[in-house]
Amino acid sequence: MTITPELDAQFRAAAVREGLVDVRYDVVESPFGELLVAATDRGLCRIWFDPEGQEEELARLFGLRVLRSPLDEVRRELDEYFDGTRHEFDLPLDLRVAAFNEQVLHELARVPYGITTTYGALANKVGRPRAARAVGTVMNRNPIPIVLPCHRVLGSNGSLTGYAGGLDMKLKLLQLEGAILA
Amino acid sequence: MMGVVATEPVPPFERFYLAHRDEVLGYLRRLLGQRAEDAWQETFLRALRAYDRLQHGRHLRAWVFTIATNVAMDELRVKPQPVRNGEPSVELERDAFRELEHLTTDLPPTERAAVVLRYGYDLPYAQIADALGSSEEAARAAASSGVRRLRRNV
Repeated sequence: MTITPELDAQFRAAAVREGLVDVRYDVVESPFGELLVAATDRGLCRIWFDPEGQEEELARLFGLRVLRSPLDEVRRELDEYFDGTRHEFDLPLDLRVAAFNEQVLHELARVPYGITTTYGALANKVGRPRAARAVGTVMNRNPIPIVLPCHRVLGSNGSLTGYAGGLDMKLKLLQLEGAILA
Repeated sequence: MMGVVATEPVPPFERFYLAHRDEVLGYLRRLLGQRAEDAWQETFLRALRAYDRLQHGRHLRAWVFTIATNVAMDELRVKPQPVRNGEPSVELERDAFRELEHLTTDLPPTERAAVVLRYGYDLPYAQIADALGSSEEAARAAASSGVRRLRRNV
């Protein structure tokens, strides 16, 4: 006996409505393939480029009550971003990272659409001018790429350096935004 | 962790849910017929409410059958009229039970759950006892009493 999609959707909605879920996730389409997006009650907490089999990792980070459930607002804002009609995200975020990382991610969030910066410049912004490498590590572990635009951060010589979704994706995101590359 | 015997970890709820949602609905249909869907949702909501208190991932199938049985018992006690379920079951392995299954709706709730869990889902009596909140002996007695009653009704 197989449950109907309607019954399944009813249960998932009831579980979220009753506040019984630690973290819910959804898989959304993007021009670069599927993305896993995850949110807690506090807000968007993860975007991953590989949606497969991440339930254990979500459980480890946020709690066992992991449930797939539509994240319509996240989906809508990402769709608009990929269409080029949205330049800033209005989504609440759940960061839960170390203080230094939070400071860096906070500065990262302020890098405008279509503009690039460098690891060193971000390090300056947080008052740690010699911490460019540490800033690179924070970018590398960015829990919410795209929304927190680590793709706008380049090496001091203008090189792409690295990206969790691959350098090709970093380049395409910058092209989508019309960023001028050195 | 030190001093803790390695046990099967509790899976993320999504995996538990995907693994058991269909057979739990099948079970509840056998007990409740068309009234099964509300009970099914209630079963998984109760499971979710208790889920972060689970200590290990063993016996989760028996655990969810226990919750489903409790929900079904509540339902049957409130509205005890039997509901005939005409839908054929695809999961049955035991011929005798397959022939008799449609008659289980005439059994008292405890016997009905015991018979369905034993012969429909092949649960051991220890787990049926947990599901019924009784001793293993009482579970065995309920199942055999149910079977005797079914034989008389044939």
